[in-house]
Amino acid sequence: MSNIAKAFENGKAFIPFVTCGDPDLETTGKIVREMVKNGADLVELGIPFSDPTAEGPVIQGANIRALSGGVTTDMIFAFVEQLREDVSVPLVFMTYANVVFSYGAQKFISTCQRIGIDGLILPDLPYEEKDEFLPICRQYGVDLISLIAPTSEGRAAMIAKEADGFIYIVSSLGVTGMRSKITTDISKLVSVIRENTSVPCAVGFGISTPEQAKEMSQYADGVIVGSAIVKQIAEHGKEAAGPVGEYVGEMKKAISV
Amino acid sequence: MTNPKGRFGIHGGQYIPETLMNAVIELEQAYEHYKNDPDFVRELNELLANYAGRPSLLYYADKLTKTLGGAKIYLKREDLNHTGSHKINNVLGQALLAKKMGKTRLIAETGAGQHGVAAATAAALLGMECVVFMGEEDTKRQALNVYRMRLLGSKVVPVTSGTATLKDAVSEAMREWTSRIADTHYCLGSVMGPHPFPTIVRDFQSVISKEARQQILEKEGRLPDAVIACVGGGSNAIGSFYNFINDKDVRLIGCEAAGRGIDTFETAATVNTGRLGIFHGMKSYFCQDKYGQIAPVYSISAGLDYPGVGPEHAYLHDIGRAEYVPVTDDEAVDAFEFLSRTEGIIPAIESAHAVAYAMKLAPTMDKDKIIIVTISGRGDKDCAAIARYRGEDIYE
Repeated sequence: MSNIAKAFENGKAFIPFVTCGDPDLETTGKIVREMVKNGADLVELGIPFSDPTAEGPVIQGANIRALSGGVTTDMIFAFVEQLREDVSVPLVFMTYANVVFSYGAQKFISTCQRIGIDGLILPDLPYEEKDEFLPICRQYGVDLISLIAPTSEGRAAMIAKEADGFIYIVSSLGVTGMRSKITTDISKLVSVIRENTSVPCAVGFGISTPEQAKEMSQYADGVIVGSAIVKQIAEHGKEAAGPVGEYVGEMKKAISV
Repeated sequence: MTNPKGRFGIHGGQYIPETLMNAVIELEQAYEHYKNDPDFVRELNELLANYAGRPSLLYYADKLTKTLGGAKIYLKREDLNHTGSHKINNVLGQALLAKKMGKTRLIAETGAGQHGVAAATAAALLGMECVVFMGEEDTKRQALNVYRMRLLGSKVVPVTSGTATLKDAVSEAMREWTSRIADTHYCLGSVMGPHPFPTIVRDFQSVISKEARQQILEKEGRLPDAVIACVGGGSNAIGSFYNFINDKDVRLIGCEAAGRGIDTFETAATVNTGRLGIFHGMKSYFCQDKYGQIAPVYSISAGLDYPGVGPEHAYLHDIGRAEYVPVTDDEAVDAFEFLSRTEGIIPAIESAHAVAYAMKLAPTMDKDKIIIVTISGRGDKDCAAIARYRGEDIYE
């Protein structure tokens, strides 16, 4: 049984995202602990990439800030190791294929297992290319998370059947970032997924308000929020842990009632 | 040379967001259908002949040959095509394909502006909307081309993210495509990105070597000893090489932009300084740091200023079929001026990288040897930048 399943045991899961090293790892550590304290069920830790092609301007900014601050994959591994001393919720890395490939897939994924990373989200690794990392991920018990998009017509069942950990439902076309409205028929996507797997699914991309989170949680098992959190970190910098924690609390409450 | 998953050896593939997968699958299916459709082929050939001005000349550069005192040099004159570069070959093919697929809008990335201008031209001709993404840095280096695209009815979006050059323009065009797929075709300008782009663009550009092979046989009664072309992503080079790949005695030489030198960080020579990676939809060689962060590359040429290379070039390098040599800014600028003075032909600064290597190679070869150099584009767009490089400030 995947450790990630634990995140979906306390009602609907709230899954916040944070870019490691934005603005520095010490702050990231405070933010993650505050998120967990306020009800985060699983935390997505971004490893920054120079050219994040699936991200909108907000998360692009976080990537630039983190890399300018000098953070590296090795520093993030050491950071997670330390984080794991007191943080027990499931943790997944979200980064780009080249960060894993360039480090050496075997070395990267075995390190994930050693330091307690439960899964890996790579937005530029579709179903057709997953064999690049999947055998190694399965060898080390690190779940390679599958994404399903509004344009996945005729593909959702195929993807769902082989999914590990949880399924990341991309709510909208385009890149990450806050949206005033989500127009995709999420319930339809979820019903295709349900017919093909018992793996839980969470919706992300564009969700920022408690109302949106509540609506999405009616269809899916969890809600993922990135840009709305990163925007607060951009605003508050080293003092972001407080406001982010408060926000996570509000969002978790919205999907719990 | 392509297997069904779009691999060239270990290179290529489709490393893109799930959101785009059905779009590239649809594109592959449409291309497989139309590439053998007699009406499509006729329509494209008609455009290439009567609009783009093909076939392009294979010109014997007598004065250049005699000045260098070695192998006979022929220039494949892609600079004489409508819009002034080889980019029109690919763009007419893709725009026509997009139209058959029911798309009404083209998006494109551009570095020097040659592909952007070609895309804007095809869009104007075929009555399609067109948006071109161009690094802000490049909009300054190539201001004239920005104006040309606008004149042709396209919208030019300056890209400010990252290094504000070609790679960022590609990233931004990809981001735009994920947000609007139904009516939009991403008209990629080089033999890069996810499958099927490297194959489609290569096929449309292979007209260069199809003609050159026939032309040299007519003029010389034999094949050349070497074919030289510049390589950024590598579209004019693969087009120049493709129909010679099976002719084992023809040396294929790609000239990479070394910028200030391959021993400096200010270079864009991917095969010479990069290593294997996954970026912009493909596995290939990339300039990157130890953690896989893509390097901020540099070249005087906005069109070669890209940290990767097309997967088929990476493969031709791996199997030793093609050679990839670095050419510096200084060498390219010298060649730009030298070809202008000796032959009265002003090459694009990109193409000048190929001329520069020919200037080194020709004198080392016997007089009965033959070199074909592809002049991928004309250099009018570069005059102001080269003047500045030489310390002269002129206004366009």
